[in-house]
Amino acid sequence: MGDVNLSVTLAGVALKNPVIPASGTFGYGREYAALYDLNILGAFSWKGTTAQPCDGNPPPRIAETPAGMLNAIGLQNPGIDAVIREEVPNIARIFQGPVIANVGGFTVEEYAENCRKLDAVEQCKILEINISCPNVHAGGRNFGTDAKAAAEVTAAVRRVTRKPVFMKLTPNVSDIAEIARACADAGADGLCLINTLLGMRIDLKTRRPVLANRTGGLSGPTIFPVALRMVWDVYEAVRLPIIGCGGVASAEDVAEMMLAGASAVEIGAANLRDPYLCKRIVEELPEVCKRLGAERIADMTGAAHE
Amino acid sequence: MKQSAFTLERVRPLAADTVELRFSGDTSAITAPGQFVNLALPGRFLRRPVSVCDWTPGHLTLLLRIAGAGTRELADSPPGTVFDVLSGLGNGFTLSGIDPEGVILAGGGIGIAPLYGLAKALSRRGIPAVAALGFRSRADVFYLDEFRAVCDTVLVATEDENGLVTDMLRQYDSRRYVCCCGPLPMLRAVYGLPHLTGGQYSFEARMGCGFGACMGCSMPFRGGWRRICKDGPVFAREDIVWET
Repeated sequence: MGDVNLSVTLAGVALKNPVIPASGTFGYGREYAALYDLNILGAFSWKGTTAQPCDGNPPPRIAETPAGMLNAIGLQNPGIDAVIREEVPNIARIFQGPVIANVGGFTVEEYAENCRKLDAVEQCKILEINISCPNVHAGGRNFGTDAKAAAEVTAAVRRVTRKPVFMKLTPNVSDIAEIARACADAGADGLCLINTLLGMRIDLKTRRPVLANRTGGLSGPTIFPVALRMVWDVYEAVRLPIIGCGGVASAEDVAEMMLAGASAVEIGAANLRDPYLCKRIVEELPEVCKRLGAERIADMTGAAHE
Repeated sequence: MKQSAFTLERVRPLAADTVELRFSGDTSAITAPGQFVNLALPGRFLRRPVSVCDWTPGHLTLLLRIAGAGTRELADSPPGTVFDVLSGLGNGFTLSGIDPEGVILAGGGIGIAPLYGLAKALSRRGIPAVAALGFRSRADVFYLDEFRAVCDTVLVATEDENGLVTDMLRQYDSRRYVCCCGPLPMLRAVYGLPHLTGGQYSFEARMGCGFGACMGCSMPFRGGWRRICKDGPVFAREDIVWET
C-alpha cells in the first residue's frame, strides 16, 4: 500500500487533510503560528466574530471538569471590521490554506451583515455560522435550539454570500437531526457539530458557581461520545457534508469521527492543553489510516453506517 | 514558549499547604522573573499555571500552594517524576522600568514566589529592595531566609499578629516604586496606597491555555480587555484601571 491520500472536500472546498483547529481555541492563528508552520493544517476556524467588538463575560470564565473544561468566554472578539482590517492580512502571512470564518451574531440581520462583509474576503472559503454559543444571551433567543430560528438565520446568510455556509449546531436540544434538516431545507451547504454542552460547577468553599456567568460550555474528551452520536444521527438525517467537532484529542478520534459521518474534523479544547496537538495529529494520520486499511481518508466518511 | 519535559528532583515542605518544587529541565525559554510555567498533570485536563520562583540553566524552582486535588497530586509526586511543561509563558517584570533608587517588593502568600526571582535579579544589578511579605498566620510564613539573602530589608506581616502588608507599607513610605504579587484584594489595596506612585503588578487568574489562545483569563485594562496569560501576568501601574 502506497502513500495515504489525506485530502478531503467540504462543499467543493479542497482541504489537504481533514484536521481543523476549532473556533474559540485558535484565536486568529497568531499564537500558534509562533509555535509551528500552520500550513500543515487542512484549514482553521477563527474565533467567533460579531459585528461590534465584544468584551465577553466577567471572570472567572474557566473551570475544570473530569476529562474536560467549562468556558464562559462570551464571544470576546475585536469585531468584524477590525478582524478584516487587522487579522485577515496577518492570516495571509501565516497560513495559505482555506480559512473557515466563524460568524457570531445577536440578531438575524447581524449574521447577514457579517456574512456580506466576509463574502469579499478571498481567503475565507467557508462561513461557519455559530448559532450555538451557550454563553451569549440574545434577548432570551437562542437561534440554535429552535428549528424555525435556525432556518431563518440560514436563509438570511444564504442570500448574501456565494461562499459555502456551514451552520454550527448546538447539542443542547432534544433532536439535533430536526435542527439539521431545517438548516438543510433553508439552503445550508454543510453543518458543523457540536458546540459545547451547557454545564456548571459550584465552589464548595464559597458555595457559589465557579463561573461568574454561572453556566458555561462543556468541552474536552468527556463530550466525544455525545458528539460522535450526534454526527451519526445527522449523517443519517441529511445529505450535507459534516464537520465533526467535540472532544477530539487524537488521530484515532479523527478516524472515529469520520467513520460516524464527518467529512472533516475540528479539534478544540485539546489544543489548549497541548498546543502542538493538531500538528501531531496530521503527522500521525497516515499511519492510523494504513493501520485501518484506508488508502483515501475521504473513504472513511460514514463508513460505519450500513 | 517551549514545551519540554521537566524532572522533579526535590519537594521541600515550607509551611502549611506550601511546598518548594525543584526540577531539572530546559529553562532556556524563561527570560524574566514574573513569567510562569504551565504543568500538565496526568488525569487532569487543564494545565496548572505556576509562577517561576527561580531558575538557572538546567534547573527550575517553583513554590506551590496546595489548593485542590491537582496541586496535592503534584506536591505528592515522588522525585524522578517527569512532567510535560510549557515554559517561558507571559511577560514578567521589566527590570529596566524599576526605579534604580530602590523598590518595594510587596507579596501576599504564594504571591511572594516570583518576587524572590525578581529580588535576586535586582540584587545582581545593585538595586536596593525592601521585601514586604504578608501571610495569613505565623504558621503560613515561608521563604524569609531566602529573601533576607537577597534583600536589604525584609518586613513580615501576618494577619493574626500585626495585620496586613498594606498597614505595614503605610508606615514605610520612603519608597515610591512597588512590584506587587498576591491575591486580587491585596493588589487593589497596594495600588490604592497614595505614596506608591509607580509600579508593576502581577495578576492571578483561572486560565484555559496559558498562551493567549482561549481568552479565558481576560480582564479589563486601559485600552480594553487583555489576557493575563499573554499580555501579563505583570502589568504596569499605568495600564490598570482601578479607581483609587
